[in-house]
Amino acid sequence: MRVLFKQSYDQDIRIAKHRGHLIWYGLLLLSTLCAPLFVGSFYLGELSRVMILALAGLGLMFVTGFTGQVSLGHAAFVAAGAYANAWALSRGWPSLAAIPFAGFVSMLCGLAVAVPASRMSGIYLAIGTLAFAIIVEDGIIKLDGITGGNRGMAVEAPVFLGFRMWESWQLYYLCLFVLVACIFAVLNFMRSPVGRAMIAVRDSEVSARSLGVKVARTKIFAFAVSAAITGFAGALFSHYLQFISPEIFGVVLSIQLLLMIVVGGLGTVHGAIFGAALVGLLETGINLAKDYLPPGIGSQPGLEPLLFGIILVGFILFEPQGVYGRWVKIRSYFELFPLYRRKTFVRQRSYLKTDRMQ
Amino acid sequence: MTDFLQLLIVGISQGCIYGLIALGFVLIYKATEMVNFAQGEMMVVGSFIAWTFVVGMGFNFWVGLSAAMVVMAVFGFLLDAAVVRRIIGQPQFSVVILTIGIGIILRAGSGMVWGNQPLTMPTPFPGNSEFFGAVVGNERLAIIGTTVLLIGGLVLFFRCSRWGVALMASSQNQLAALYSGIPVRFVFSAVWAGAAVISTIAGTMLAPITLIEPLNSFLGIKAFAAAVIGGFHSITGAIAGGVLIGVVEAFAGAYLPGARETIGYIIMFAVLIAWPGGLFGRAHRKKV
Amino acid sequence: MSLLAVQNLSLSFGGLKAVDDVSFSIEPGEVYAVIGPNGAGKSTLLNMISRFYHPSRGEILHDGKSLLECDASEIPARGIARTFQNIELFERATVLQNLLVGRQVHNTVPDWRQFVFTPDIMRAEREHRRKVEEIIDFLEIAHYRDMHVSGLPYGVCKKVELARALAVEPELLLLDEPASGLNPEETEEMGFWIDDIRRDLKITVLMIEHDMSLVDEVADRVLVLANGRVLTEGKFDDVKSHPDVVRAYLGETL
Repeated sequence: MRVLFKQSYDQDIRIAKHRGHLIWYGLLLLSTLCAPLFVGSFYLGELSRVMILALAGLGLMFVTGFTGQVSLGHAAFVAAGAYANAWALSRGWPSLAAIPFAGFVSMLCGLAVAVPASRMSGIYLAIGTLAFAIIVEDGIIKLDGITGGNRGMAVEAPVFLGFRMWESWQLYYLCLFVLVACIFAVLNFMRSPVGRAMIAVRDSEVSARSLGVKVARTKIFAFAVSAAITGFAGALFSHYLQFISPEIFGVVLSIQLLLMIVVGGLGTVHGAIFGAALVGLLETGINLAKDYLPPGIGSQPGLEPLLFGIILVGFILFEPQGVYGRWVKIRSYFELFPLYRRKTFVRQRSYLKTDRMQ
Repeated sequence: MTDFLQLLIVGISQGCIYGLIALGFVLIYKATEMVNFAQGEMMVVGSFIAWTFVVGMGFNFWVGLSAAMVVMAVFGFLLDAAVVRRIIGQPQFSVVILTIGIGIILRAGSGMVWGNQPLTMPTPFPGNSEFFGAVVGNERLAIIGTTVLLIGGLVLFFRCSRWGVALMASSQNQLAALYSGIPVRFVFSAVWAGAAVISTIAGTMLAPITLIEPLNSFLGIKAFAAAVIGGFHSITGAIAGGVLIGVVEAFAGAYLPGARETIGYIIMFAVLIAWPGGLFGRAHRKKV
Repeated sequence: MSLLAVQNLSLSFGGLKAVDDVSFSIEPGEVYAVIGPNGAGKSTLLNMISRFYHPSRGEILHDGKSLLECDASEIPARGIARTFQNIELFERATVLQNLLVGRQVHNTVPDWRQFVFTPDIMRAEREHRRKVEEIIDFLEIAHYRDMHVSGLPYGVCKKVELARALAVEPELLLLDEPASGLNPEETEEMGFWIDDIRRDLKITVLMIEHDMSLVDEVADRVLVLANGRVLTEGKFDDVKSHPDVVRAYLGETL
């Protein structure tokens, strides 16, 4: 078990709390940087997809996990980013302009939904954002001239300093860079006043207000940043797919993103990454296992959602803290061995109390 | 004028379906303060089971529907008793995620069992009726009639019967209700059974018109819009919201074909902007 | 001039007059208690001062300026902080994070800039932390600093909420039943804290309380409310023998 002797406030403020953090996360970064040397282009593509999902999950985590605003409409922001990026590239913009532009367009969408949504709460917010995403999906079909409507739209490869980046390792590095940059941005937000204001809004709006937090403004801010990050993910997603059409960004994607961060572990940056990794593993695993399964089972299109649904229900029932929560428990089991008690993380028994005022 | 009447009746009958699914949401929400995102999927499974009885085994329509209702009642009851009950008292968000997960399993599972191809279902109400020149299929009139009967029954149930009152009590304070001798667990599971039965009726009444396929579960989202417009607390509100969406859709389909699919959501979003607690809902503030 | 002056304040919910024509004023440096039977309108009064409710009539002056045009979220910037009757802490955060939220009003860095942790943000964070540590020392909750609130005992939560309100560095502190749910020892301790807050931190306190031992111990002046109206005001010893007060608490028959 590690015992930390704190000597300055900076130790609590820093992102890496102790040397172990630096070493392990440094190794992780190093191995992701070296991956293209050892991994074939198929798996690089899979890794890129996981990172894109993680980025979108990170965006959703910002508003749902940290600010407590459930969004069932984040596919709309992925779509906004993807189409904005594709449009900008088709006009000959370089990627250095196109990707920020994608984030910006997505952020504007985020503001459009956040201003009315900041007044809604709970289930109404979830359904409101769901409706918003459906309206955006329909809007993309209607904006035939820009988006190609139902026919879809081809996406050109990213351009940096005049070079087209067709190779999968180039996209891999692009995804890695954007993901790491966004993780740092989110971590910085979360250790700043605005991050604490978001947590405050999530846990108790009443006392947040009494401490001077502007609740509506904090929600809108969280939505805008979340949409921007998700928009970056959309831009990268469009490169990964190379061809985008409206049905990709439907309700199913929104729901998948939300479930992903829940399974990963709500309220932590780790959760977004773990969730994406789990979804990626599941899909790749099923694709690989298909050859060995009896054809009656392996070829079922419902197999993947079925497994995913079962995993999700299992987590909600038995491990509501997600993969990350389970990981923390396993880690503390070994750190505290043999003192770990099963009760260490048990929460109080809770009963249903009404939140209605009669 | 004839067109208008025809669109109105078609819209109302479609809206009744939305309303019936929404009724499932509202019932569960009123009783347990949970939001069941798997209501659309329960409707699809119910109609598949009815199809199995009626087409697969050749039973009479009514016998098949009744059998499907019984099966789904047991299913709904067990779903609550075995799964949903475990997370009572956790935040509403967990319930949302849990029921979304259940919905995914049901949709994928029903696709595996019954296939993803649309299935046809015969109607016990063949033929058309004519009102002032408007020609409407009898199966649509049957939907409206069924809905009216169901609503009347439910309102009476909540107003007058001991069980209805027990239900309301359980929803407001589980522990207090338990202490006053209400079998809260049984009541909650019974409500899930009831919601499953209602959605089975909705799905089976709709089946002759739209065919049965797993994708029908997306009607659940429209039903959400209906429940939200109705304010989630009110039985009549849910039906009113459903009918509003159904009628607007029918007219949009005729005069604004591009907006047919989204008009319901646009209305709902507009309602939420103006009344963040729904049309018939009361905005509640937390007491400090 | 009074620090806080409440003038002819009234609020009705439907037909019920929760607060009816209440006036009083609080001088800098005193501990002012509001007591009264259940349903007397005490909490409603506090919620109006902290701007969660809007009065139907009357005026609230703070340093001679009206509070009525402020939103609840602008109150702490005016130097007024509060606690809640049923604890309203940020459950899924540590005690330290809870207290740091109390520093929100002293934050000067615009939100959007905080995605890079520039040196000036670092300096500000250190300063916030230093202030919070002073309060942690003051209330002796250092042991709980890094624990999540959701697992803490009730008495500690009460103290953390008090600490969070102090982190605002208010000149007026509103306490909504600081002793409710505490055992006699904890209540006595709470009395010491309130005394210290007044004496060492020079903060004026307005508190609502049911526990008469605590009121007796710390309050300079007491206002008695019943059915939304002022019964009497004065020193606790005078007030408790006042016939109207005895009747309000014990009923008409005595």
